[in-house]
Amino acid sequence: MTNMNLYSRGDKMFVILNMVLIGLFTLSTLYPFIYIASLSMSAGMEARAGNVILTPVGFTLEAYKQVLSEPLFWSSYKNTFIYTIGGTLMSLAFIIPGAYALSKPQLYGRRFWNLVVAFTMWFNAGLIPFFLNMRDLGLLDSYFGIIIGFAVNGFNIILLRNFFEGIPKSFEEAARMDGANEFQVLWKVYVPLSKPAIATVALFCVVSRWNGFFWAMVLLQDEEKIPLQVYLRKVIVELSDDEEFATTLLTAAYSVETVTAAIIVCSIIPILLIYPFLQKYFSKGILLGGVKE
Amino acid sequence: MTNDPNFTGAAGPTTEELVFDAKEAQRRRKPNTMQRVGDHLKREWQLYVMLIPTILWLAIFLYKPMYGLQIAFKDYSIFRGVADSPWIGLEHFQTLFGNDQFIRALRNTIIISFYGLIFGFPMPILLALMFNEILKQSFKKTAQTIVYLPHFVSSVIIAGIVITAFSPSAGIVNTILGWLGMDPIYFLTKPEWFRPIFVGTGIWQEAGFQSIVYLAAIAGVSPTLYESAVVDGASRWQMMWKITLPSILPTIIIMLIIRIGNMLEISFEMIILLYQPATYETGDVVNTFIYRQGIQGGQYDLAAAAGLFNAVVAFVLVMTANAISKRYSRTSLW
Repeated sequence: MTNMNLYSRGDKMFVILNMVLIGLFTLSTLYPFIYIASLSMSAGMEARAGNVILTPVGFTLEAYKQVLSEPLFWSSYKNTFIYTIGGTLMSLAFIIPGAYALSKPQLYGRRFWNLVVAFTMWFNAGLIPFFLNMRDLGLLDSYFGIIIGFAVNGFNIILLRNFFEGIPKSFEEAARMDGANEFQVLWKVYVPLSKPAIATVALFCVVSRWNGFFWAMVLLQDEEKIPLQVYLRKVIVELSDDEEFATTLLTAAYSVETVTAAIIVCSIIPILLIYPFLQKYFSKGILLGGVKE
Repeated sequence: MTNDPNFTGAAGPTTEELVFDAKEAQRRRKPNTMQRVGDHLKREWQLYVMLIPTILWLAIFLYKPMYGLQIAFKDYSIFRGVADSPWIGLEHFQTLFGNDQFIRALRNTIIISFYGLIFGFPMPILLALMFNEILKQSFKKTAQTIVYLPHFVSSVIIAGIVITAFSPSAGIVNTILGWLGMDPIYFLTKPEWFRPIFVGTGIWQEAGFQSIVYLAAIAGVSPTLYESAVVDGASRWQMMWKITLPSILPTIIIMLIIRIGNMLEISFEMIILLYQPATYETGDVVNTFIYRQGIQGGQYDLAAAAGLFNAVVAFVLVMTANAISKRYSRTSLW
């Protein structure tokens, strides 16, 4: 479409109007982030009075000082890293070999095993039985429980299995001639050839781990173990509801609003850092995993 | 003895011979099968070693809870456990359907997913069509990079932004209302504002990212269609409606079917973050009801019954959606 000439006046109008509308939508997406960033760097009084519109008013980093001096912030940040890295590695350790086995036609009962995986995408027992099961397994309030309990996901297995199936047989034949076993074929042939698909699955895991809060909130009572998102929720929901507390927290330098905004900025930064990869692989992932035969 | 008209004397095998043959065949086949399985396992055992962890995980973390679902039909007690609690039949379901809160949650679920469908479904299509009409690649890339971003941001952060922006004293929304000479509204405590804010937030967060699917479909439209349209003097507006949109119609239909299949999957995480007792009336959905009754209130059996009801309806919806899309597009969704 790009090298098409614009003939009529109507076309020009259309293109300009279109750009303006997209521009407005884009700004409406960007604005809340800018607003939060400005809020986090504004003086508490000004933020509380609703004077922050676009840029920081009464610039100060007091809110950040406040956030960074809170031990719970640091421990939850550390926990999020543990859950994200541990959980992603755990997921890959299950999913890569599992998807590989399911991609092999000689596997007995292959249709059945695939159904066992796919069925979990259509039907799940729901919150309560999952929760009771975790409790019965003794996985409440446990790092290991959070890491293992969400390791496998039917969609990711199927996505990777489809990718493995698309790799031509000829690639593995040379390795087999050299006497490679299945583990070696997987590790030396399939994994290197599937880097984009594995990266996609890994990033799906990273984002869902980094952002996940519901089950962490339900399964972890011990404050020492909660991840950043649960801590953030505590601050946002509990503190902003409590007007009395909000007033005691209010000083000239910072307020509930600026402190909340500062935590939001701190927790969004890692996502922004890996965002170029996310954008690239996620678009691939939803196209790979979306509609297929 | 030979009343049978088909009796042909010695021409066919006797019963004894047939039985013998059958036994012989079975005897001969059995070691063969065993041997085949044995050989197969000897050759391919590694594949099974690779598969077992995943299957075990699914069994322990997803299939075992399905067995635990039986508490929906039991008077569950923590001390007796799932298996030993006494059966009570459909009592929990009767309780649920006589419970105003559950009925309200059911109604809210349907209304909120319906709003999400009506307002949320067309947005990404519109965005994709508009992105496609942008000639300046750098502008297009930048805009896309920005509108995909909220998809990667956690619901807690989005909720934090919403709560801050709609706050009565400090929020930007009320500041703007103030400029217009209106009194501040405490939006998040007003039942009539809950659904618009929730659905609007969902669209704001996901519409951009969801447009990717349609952009990919648009990229597959044959350029010759546009070339001949240009020869015929078609305007860009006409080409968008008469060529691009009809060409991606199959994708739109499949996405619509998927969407309807997943209708009950409201992001209840976001609702838990945004609602409060004042807005339960319009905001409480089945999953938040389950969370409150079960996990917070300890009524595990009743909440599990509500969950089972939800899961069965969702399952039927998804299966129907898959069957329909199979029939119309000859592609299955998975």
